[in-house]
Amino acid sequence: MRHRLRFFLRKLLRMILLLLGVSAITFALMCASPLDPLQTNVGQVALGSMSQEQVEKLEAYWGVNTPPAERYMGWLSGVARGDFGMSLLYRQPVLTIIGQRLGNSVWVLGFAWLFSGALGLLLGVLAGVYRGRLPDRCIRWYCLLISSTPAFWLALLLLLVFSVWLGWLPIGLSVPVGMETSAVSFLDRVRHAVLPALTLSITGVANIAMHTREKMIDVLESDAILFAKARGESGISIILRHGLRNVALPAITLQFASISEIIGGSVLAEQVFSYPGLGQAAVTAGLGSDLPLLLGITVITAAIVFMGNLAADLLYGVVDPRIRRGRAKS
Amino acid sequence: MNGRKGTLIFWGVASLILFCLVVIGLFVEEAATVTDFSRTNLPPSLQYPFGTDWMGRDMFQRTLAGLSLSIRIGLLTAAVSAAVAFVLGLCAATLGSRVDACISWCIDWVMGIPHILLVMLISIACGRGFTGVVVGVALSHWTSLARLVRGEILQLRQAPYMLAAEKLGVSRLKQAGRHVMPHVLPQFITGLVLLFPHAILHEASVTFLGFGLSSEQPAIGVILSESMRYLTTGKWWLALFPGLSLVFVVVLFSLLGDGLRRWLDPASAHR
Repeated sequence: MRHRLRFFLRKLLRMILLLLGVSAITFALMCASPLDPLQTNVGQVALGSMSQEQVEKLEAYWGVNTPPAERYMGWLSGVARGDFGMSLLYRQPVLTIIGQRLGNSVWVLGFAWLFSGALGLLLGVLAGVYRGRLPDRCIRWYCLLISSTPAFWLALLLLLVFSVWLGWLPIGLSVPVGMETSAVSFLDRVRHAVLPALTLSITGVANIAMHTREKMIDVLESDAILFAKARGESGISIILRHGLRNVALPAITLQFASISEIIGGSVLAEQVFSYPGLGQAAVTAGLGSDLPLLLGITVITAAIVFMGNLAADLLYGVVDPRIRRGRAKS
Repeated sequence: MNGRKGTLIFWGVASLILFCLVVIGLFVEEAATVTDFSRTNLPPSLQYPFGTDWMGRDMFQRTLAGLSLSIRIGLLTAAVSAAVAFVLGLCAATLGSRVDACISWCIDWVMGIPHILLVMLISIACGRGFTGVVVGVALSHWTSLARLVRGEILQLRQAPYMLAAEKLGVSRLKQAGRHVMPHVLPQFITGLVLLFPHAILHEASVTFLGFGLSSEQPAIGVILSESMRYLTTGKWWLALFPGLSLVFVVVLFSLLGDGLRRWLDPASAHR
């Protein structure tokens, strides 16, 4: 138990260091940008017609003249107190906006993550078992095509087919236009979330399926399987008792590593469907040079990704008895 | 004809297609920006296979020019990424445990930020535009290849024939040239070719979001983000064909990489 605790604490420390690094690099990159936040948000013409005082006020608001190191330290001490600053574009606390946006995104992300993981595992196992035969070939072609398709184009196609052509699903946003918040039913929200979730699920499958297939082929060529066959075990029993158990470990790694990809994909999908989630907020913040908001989003997403990795590390011990015992000994 | 010959023939044909795309795209770049308001919003026909847009530009020519630009950017960024990956992987594997820990930390660090966000951030730092995309994509794709190179070299250093060579007093340079290179180079080249699809897709995505190439340039990302405004009015050809041709190019690159991997893997020669 003490070993596991120490392992956990060491991972946690590493995670905090990585998050510090992520925030520092984000800050440095945004500060290095030659794009002037005043010009992008206020506009050249409006800026020209303003008095010197007004321009100075705006400059102070966007923090143009404060040295980067000082701003970063200010931000960091704020974060230590649980304050991520104010979004410059939305004029609201960053954490409020992130909370709101994450609330919209989390269902889409969660569904896509679970669904693509389960389907990817299933397809991978099938392809591995039917190696070289028709199901395997179909699955491999599907994966090749999907991993070669830009997520946003797939989203466009789905939009074209289901919203414009068939008219089954709404075109964008997360709620119907011109409706009061209280009048929006659960079904409305689901209808708006279907296409983004579908896009992310379709694209997420390829990577997991291909890796699971490779692993499954390796496992099926092992001596244990040969012995099981010699004992007369049936095909399904071999897959369930020997195949799946060995595939589980890499599958967990892949599943948790795919969090980062799904969040990346959600940036694109939400932009196409104008779904007001975290990804869309990131694009808005990036285009509008809203440093506090973008910084907040990057750090929070990075934290989610690292948490995923940590969860995978902890789950190894649960799934694989060898790792559990090995760690207790050392 | 065996599998190896088939792979070789496929390689020849596919690279020829891609090469032709790049060259043709360069030639039609001028024609792709010609606007003609007598032929706006035409659906696909024999004369304009991909239709025309609201400014009367020929979408077929625009797509060709865009693909050419995408392939060129992909080549450039993949080459830079691969070079970075090779140097860092080599350093991590040979310069001791301190450097190794440091580089591993960097890899985790870069991988912690979702790819798209990272490319976005670097692109912003470079002021967006062509430089933004190229630097962004080049500096964010080296991580997995660097890990591969590092792992490969670390494993090799423990191999019996490497230990024997060291004990026999073979100089490090000769060890590297004689034993390490022939082993790592094929893997590295395959990794390099398989970087293209990612690089091209990310370039298109970031441009689509508005952080990449500017709207005057003929890029697939620009074409597709413009088409979004006309989708609801039924102009499906603006989005369908450019995207489809991009998928075609990326699939070709992926198949090239797979073919190369199989061709360079001696164990699969008998298949």
